[in-house]
Amino acid sequence: MTLRYPDEPLDDLPAPPVTFTDGDGRSIEIKQATDECIEPLVDMYLEFDSQDRAQGIPPSGEEPIRKWLNIVTEDKSLNVIAWDGDEAVGHAMLVADDDGSYELAIFVIQSHQNAGIGTELLRTALGEGQSQGINRVWLSVERWNKPAIAVYEKIGFERMDDTSFERQMTVRLGAE
Amino acid sequence: MQLIVGVDGSDYGLRALGESLERAQQLGGDVTVALYSDGQTALDEIESLVSEELSAHDIDVDVIWLEEEPGSQLIELAERDGYDQIVLPGGQRSPLGKINLSNTIEFVLLNAQTTVTLVR
Repeated sequence: MTLRYPDEPLDDLPAPPVTFTDGDGRSIEIKQATDECIEPLVDMYLEFDSQDRAQGIPPSGEEPIRKWLNIVTEDKSLNVIAWDGDEAVGHAMLVADDDGSYELAIFVIQSHQNAGIGTELLRTALGEGQSQGINRVWLSVERWNKPAIAVYEKIGFERMDDTSFERQMTVRLGAE
Repeated sequence: MQLIVGVDGSDYGLRALGESLERAQQLGGDVTVALYSDGQTALDEIESLVSEELSAHDIDVDVIWLEEEPGSQLIELAERDGYDQIVLPGGQRSPLGKINLSNTIEFVLLNAQTTVTLVR
């Protein structure tokens, strides 16, 4: 896929670990994922409401969830998790594509939505990506998902393609 | 039952073809296989993948090529020759597993007057 990217890299991105108080007064910690995080992520996605699925992910059912988590946690990927105590409540992932760019996706569990966790989690994941030398990040979002598009734009993503059901947005983390 | 099965060279497309052939065999319907490129697979490569799949099934089908604008050609063909259904691959997966519908699939979904099936 040929996508255009903004000329200027984002700056002032935080790097994990980040601790902050969300809009509902909960203390949330954002950390890079380790191998031990698979089980809490499975629990999070088992609880995930199907109305917040996007383009077929997360899949439903334990086996499909495990298979999918295997794909998104492979070696070249970057995974960052938001924790409320020992419960995983948000997950951002950057997965390498064939031409050295990274695809981004993020999910926040319903009980913790609209509290600023998604924005913080996204910025932290991008900050970690930047410090690992990732330059180009893209995502696709359904055209009608206005709240998500607004969050992506606030962070600095730019719309690059409106020709299909999914809108492509891109951001630059580093110069080539 | 007259089916057009679109095959774009993706893994999904070939699976859609396999399933449609089985269904058509059960129902005794006629199948036309319409080949078009997803932009990544060369047409002759698609053709050899498809003939492999066809030889695994004991069924007579017509095979046609759609070179330009496969979406509108699929629809014209369905309307002109009275097909009942257009069967297409269910979309490509992005690196992290999101389903992306090609422009061809989107065009057919929005404009077809027949039933459209996306195979998953």
